[in-house]
Amino acid sequence: MSGILTLNPLSPQAAAISHLFVDILGVLGGIFLIVLVMVGYAIVRYRDRPGAAPPRQVFGSRKIEIVWTVIPIILLSIIFGFTVRSMHASDPPITPGTTPDLRVVAHQWWWEADYLKSGVIAANEIHIPVGQRWLLELDSADVIHDFWVAELARKIDMVPGHPNHIWLEADRPGTYLGVCAEFCGNEHAWMRFRVIAESAADFDRWQRAQLQVPPKPSGSEAAAGLKLFEQNTCVNCHTILGTPGNQSIGPDLTHFASRTTLAAGAADNTNANLYRWLKDPNSIKPDTHMPNFQFDDADAKALTAYLETLK
Amino acid sequence: MNHVLAPGMEGTAPEFAAQEGLLSWVASVDHKQIGIMYLLGAFVFFGVGGIEALLMRVQLALPNNHFLSPDTFNQLFTMHGTTMIFLVLMPMLTGLTVYLVPLMIGARDMAFPRLNALSFWIQIFGGIVLYFSFFDGGAPNAGWFSYTPLSEKTFSSLPGQDYWLLGLFAIGIGTVAGAINVIVTVIDLRAPGMSLRRLPLFVWMGFVNSWLMVMALPILNGALVMLLIDRELNAHFFTPEAGGSVILWQHYFWAFGHPEVYIMILPAFGIISEVIPTFSGKPIFGYGFVAASTVAIAFLSLSVWAHHMFAVGLGHLWDVFFGASSMAIAVPTGVKIFNWTATMYGGRLRFTTSMMFAVAFLVMFTIGGLSGVSFAVVPLDWQLTDTYYLVAHLHYVLFGGTVFALFAGIYYWFPKITGRMLSEHWGKLNFWSTFIGFNMTFLIQHLLGMMGMPRRVWTYPALPYWGSFNLLSTIGAFVLLFSMLVFIWNVFISLHEGALAGDNPWGGWTLEWATSSPPPTDNFDRVPPISGRRPLWDLAHPELADELVGRAE
Repeated sequence: MSGILTLNPLSPQAAAISHLFVDILGVLGGIFLIVLVMVGYAIVRYRDRPGAAPPRQVFGSRKIEIVWTVIPIILLSIIFGFTVRSMHASDPPITPGTTPDLRVVAHQWWWEADYLKSGVIAANEIHIPVGQRWLLELDSADVIHDFWVAELARKIDMVPGHPNHIWLEADRPGTYLGVCAEFCGNEHAWMRFRVIAESAADFDRWQRAQLQVPPKPSGSEAAAGLKLFEQNTCVNCHTILGTPGNQSIGPDLTHFASRTTLAAGAADNTNANLYRWLKDPNSIKPDTHMPNFQFDDADAKALTAYLETLK
Repeated sequence: MNHVLAPGMEGTAPEFAAQEGLLSWVASVDHKQIGIMYLLGAFVFFGVGGIEALLMRVQLALPNNHFLSPDTFNQLFTMHGTTMIFLVLMPMLTGLTVYLVPLMIGARDMAFPRLNALSFWIQIFGGIVLYFSFFDGGAPNAGWFSYTPLSEKTFSSLPGQDYWLLGLFAIGIGTVAGAINVIVTVIDLRAPGMSLRRLPLFVWMGFVNSWLMVMALPILNGALVMLLIDRELNAHFFTPEAGGSVILWQHYFWAFGHPEVYIMILPAFGIISEVIPTFSGKPIFGYGFVAASTVAIAFLSLSVWAHHMFAVGLGHLWDVFFGASSMAIAVPTGVKIFNWTATMYGGRLRFTTSMMFAVAFLVMFTIGGLSGVSFAVVPLDWQLTDTYYLVAHLHYVLFGGTVFALFAGIYYWFPKITGRMLSEHWGKLNFWSTFIGFNMTFLIQHLLGMMGMPRRVWTYPALPYWGSFNLLSTIGAFVLLFSMLVFIWNVFISLHEGALAGDNPWGGWTLEWATSSPPPTDNFDRVPPISGRRPLWDLAHPELADELVGRAE
């Protein structure tokens, strides 16, 4: 069951949808069975047999028509009532003027997470404290995307020029898979993210660590990597605190090594994958906006070493 | 069939029979030839769209697959959707409508034969413009819905998107022209005695559907022009940074797009409403309710569009309204299912291939209709939209519904159109392989969507069961390929060796069965007298004529 994310809710909001889903599946399944039995009975019972009498010419019955019009109307009215009720439970209204806790900005094809109260800027991995209901503001830097963590909340579009808001919370610590659910261009498939729910203490520790400016790397290879980062056009797109890089066209890399995946879920964040990514980004995520810098082996290794120091 | 003199018919069809060979088709204004050309053209595109689907299924057979590049995959799903909707389902249904409506109402041709030819050729021209994009930088790749701003020049700079806009624009003009022609034909050219309450249901559905086309297609064409102006003349209808609105495009697109879904299913309802009564040996149960529910569906379909936009964040009030209207449309749809089923009760069911497709339609379309209700339940839509659950839903409606109905219709009317019967032997193989292949491909996709697989992804991570379920779906797609090859073989072999059909091989009651197979150029010398909904039944059973027996409804 746990693989069926829409039926495995881990927040009150997702649970409201999931319970409704199970009920509706039961009702719809019941109606389907009725139709199936009706059709099945007809094709067995009324199959043409040799010598059967010519069928009586029946043109209809107003009474029966009224019955099978009214019953569905009653049934749908009940379903409609449950729909409205669970809309409120699964997407609770937001008091105007509430300040969001987190602003998520979708880019082709990665996620930026701005913690509005602490100033942390993360990418592709969203940490939240368990059991707290956070208000998210959702925005897009380019085309329409969609924020969807099936186990935690409804999906909602991220529309340029039209910020949306939803509540996000998790009942239990854990890692929840998120994905862009609106077609957004070539790498729509690899626009995945993770929501990591952790205890308040762990979350505070994470948040404090994320606010640190990374120390200058000590090893000579990593130091060479930092130099490459500063001298190449990396700084035109990426931010690393303590370096000239301060742009948000690509993900903030200040604490890159603390993340579990690379390129919005396209690969695990390992030394080998990072090296491959720097040598040829298209081999991991075809059509990514990350350019191929034609780094030679030594440079790619140095950059890998540097980026892996950014815990 | 003893033809009876009917009151004289006014007007004659234009005489173009002097042409020969290919020219007799290209220059034709005969509704039967144009109908056949619609069907053939649509079938060619059906092959193309099917190959596009197969390539996508091969790419998705395994996780992390690199058989296709993301760009190619996106071109394929854009072209697959656009092709199947605008170049396959619509023209196939239009082809049957154009072929059958004049025959069924006892007319010699459409009201405007030249406009009929023009509609067809504009539609083909639009298809060619769309496919020419492959030779000029690549096909469009922003999806058949082409959401802004992704489809704007900033994000889709290649001309493929412009070919898409221009191609659909042409198709829209052809479609509206064809629809007006059907409306005028039904209003004006009915044979004496053929009152609106006696129209065959296929004609009713085609008539209502044509009104829907006239109302819906211009919305699309307007939006297409606006996007084209944005792209080519730097306007800002849909660019938010200059004050435009990206959501506006969605409103326009779905205000067309949801009626469009019914445009693709109403004529299919019409086919089922002819096939099931004939092979049950009984008249349709609740004629008035089947016709009226069609009108209800058409009206309601104009007020449900934003259920495609529940995830946009329009606000709960909008969502509640469109959720309610979408649920309401389930009622008249359900009425139809019940009436078709009731028609079979007490009948003598002949399980020809046509009837098997029609009965399978009842069950498959019910699955698609019910999963559709789950999208009207707004919170479920918030979870399920844009996932494979939706892909499964729409294919149960458009394949399990429309395509199954089309096969029922083709097996039913092929003898009329060609004069020869399709082989029942190959037909049964065609049916069972389609039925098995279709369910194998799409049933599992409900589950994939519930598991969290979004649609329109060119590949996916190796999460538990995702690979094996997708592989199963891909194998199903190849079973479907096999079934289509069987169909092509059946058509080929039956055209050469099929049994001669005669005027009325199935014992049908509507007027198309009163003339020869294939019908002569001007359809009828005289039509039988029409004093009820089933003229040929009345002719064969004068003592049991519908008017005498009366109607219980």
